[in-house]
Amino acid sequence: MGSRASTLLREEEIEEIKKETGFSHSQITRLYSRFTSLDKGENGTLSREDFQRIPELAINPLGDRIINAFFPEGEDQVNFRGFMRTLAHFRPIEDNEKNKNPTASEPLNSRSNKLLFAFRLYDLDRDDKISRDELLQVLRMMVGVNISDEQLGSIADRTIQEADTNGDSCISFQEFIKVLEKVDVEQKMSIRFLH
Amino acid sequence: LFSTPFSCVSWANLHMDLRAKEKNRQLFRHDTNGVLDKKPQLSLKQEIQELRGCAGCLTSEFNLTDVLFFCRKAMENVVDDDVTKRFSPQKLDSWNLLTRNNHNFCHISLRLKVVWVLGLLLRYGVLLPLRVTLAITGICLFLVLSTLVGVLPNTRLRSCLSDKVHLMGCHICVRSLSAIITYHNRQNKPQNDGICVANHTTPIDGIILANDRCYSLVGQLHGGLLGMIQRAMVTSSPHIWFERAEVKDRHLVAKRLIDHVADKTKHPVLIFPEGTCINNTSVMMFRKSSFELGCTIYPVAIKYDPRFGDAFWNSSKFGLVRYLLRTMSSWAIVCSVWYLPPMNRKEGEDAVQFANRVKSVIAAKGGFVDLKWDGGLKRARVKEAFKEEQQELYSRLVVGVSQGADNAASDSAKES
Repeated sequence: MGSRASTLLREEEIEEIKKETGFSHSQITRLYSRFTSLDKGENGTLSREDFQRIPELAINPLGDRIINAFFPEGEDQVNFRGFMRTLAHFRPIEDNEKNKNPTASEPLNSRSNKLLFAFRLYDLDRDDKISRDELLQVLRMMVGVNISDEQLGSIADRTIQEADTNGDSCISFQEFIKVLEKVDVEQKMSIRFLH
Repeated sequence: LFSTPFSCVSWANLHMDLRAKEKNRQLFRHDTNGVLDKKPQLSLKQEIQELRGCAGCLTSEFNLTDVLFFCRKAMENVVDDDVTKRFSPQKLDSWNLLTRNNHNFCHISLRLKVVWVLGLLLRYGVLLPLRVTLAITGICLFLVLSTLVGVLPNTRLRSCLSDKVHLMGCHICVRSLSAIITYHNRQNKPQNDGICVANHTTPIDGIILANDRCYSLVGQLHGGLLGMIQRAMVTSSPHIWFERAEVKDRHLVAKRLIDHVADKTKHPVLIFPEGTCINNTSVMMFRKSSFELGCTIYPVAIKYDPRFGDAFWNSSKFGLVRYLLRTMSSWAIVCSVWYLPPMNRKEGEDAVQFANRVKSVIAAKGGFVDLKWDGGLKRARVKEAFKEEQQELYSRLVVGVSQGADNAASDSAKES
């Protein structure tokens, strides 16, 4: 009860988040309510354990990678701004945004940024290339113990072979975009938030 | 008596709405429908094949797009999941003038604050002391009378008296909580030959049910005041209390239960198969142990009205005494109890299926969400086995096709 004042969101903060992420006022307050309900320590930040307490997330084979995406490089806590910034990638692209001022900075939920988010799920060391090892790591996370190393290796090789156009045995971001060019990323990587 | 707090609450909410409009601000309402626009979920197989189809590779065993399915699912669960919200009090659409429910309804006006303070004084200054006195009187009376009846020889007179003493104790406790209970379908009331199961929200559940007829409770023997009450209860009526060490011995527990149920003179056993308190919006996994015994099951659904007081005991947040104080300083505990027709295990049905069948009947009656998740997730981590299940489902999509490809390759090799 005592820390109630510090857990209320101020109007200025809501405006800032609105500008940065494009969420509406009511969406931000709802997501703040969700943030505080996950924050068991009541200190205004979430740790990895707070995320892992969600059973459906804990059983997701890529759960750990997704949770990682919330935390900035080398940090163990994420505040509400960071939380919203990551979620903003999954905001649906509205029609009126497509014709926005082209000189304004790219919104977090643009097609390109959504693809970059997906790319970074593979590219753990952030060297802008998905190496064979990185691909194998993700594959292993998704299949568990059900497929042998050799089979997984050949799947990885085949995937790189198909996507690699410049012959460096890695998948760059451009090659990644090419593979996914026909995918409706706007829909597949969006969550329908209530207004 | 009842309508005054209710009209106060309605006035308060109307007032808040008006003031918010004045200040041209959107009044925050807890979205009781969640944050997401829920659409029907496709299966893992369907979604991934859809993704692969988009990318133009239906025959591949793996595609870079596969990861998008898990990614989006994970994000949806970060924003809204089915489980974690069951372990905190139900969020109300509007404020009921109880501080504890005041999450985001910050200071609106002076008038409202005055009403709130008056309500506070009334609840803590008048209602709480009255109720506590009544409760203490009731418990003392019960302890004395129960022990006295226990002294009598084991005759019909004794069981008759002990029933009356138990019911009296419950009536007083119910009054002390200002509980307003509506019993539905009394013709289905549990009989002496079975086990009564109900959804669990609070320790008061037992008192609410025992207010209508006598039950035999099952549980661990505690120390202190609770233990004293337990021992007094068992002198006059056969409850099933276990020592701490005995609780782990499942065969012992099962045997005692079966023996008890077989004896038609003894009351039905009351069990809460969820194993822990849930917040009354859903029914979670029923432990199968009560359903293995082959006895008749009498399902009961208990639904609390959250507007007058939150009955849910959040045992990880505060202890029993604080819970009782909170409950006794709410406006009232209003609940509905539905007795459902008795159920038996069908031919070829195993205990888990039977448990799920009973659970869905209770969920349907009470308007609860029927969940497969274990209530134990309140404190424990989810089992790795569930993640492995997901991995296995996905692997089938990868292996299934590549096995076909390998066969085709070996076939063509044979041919050439």
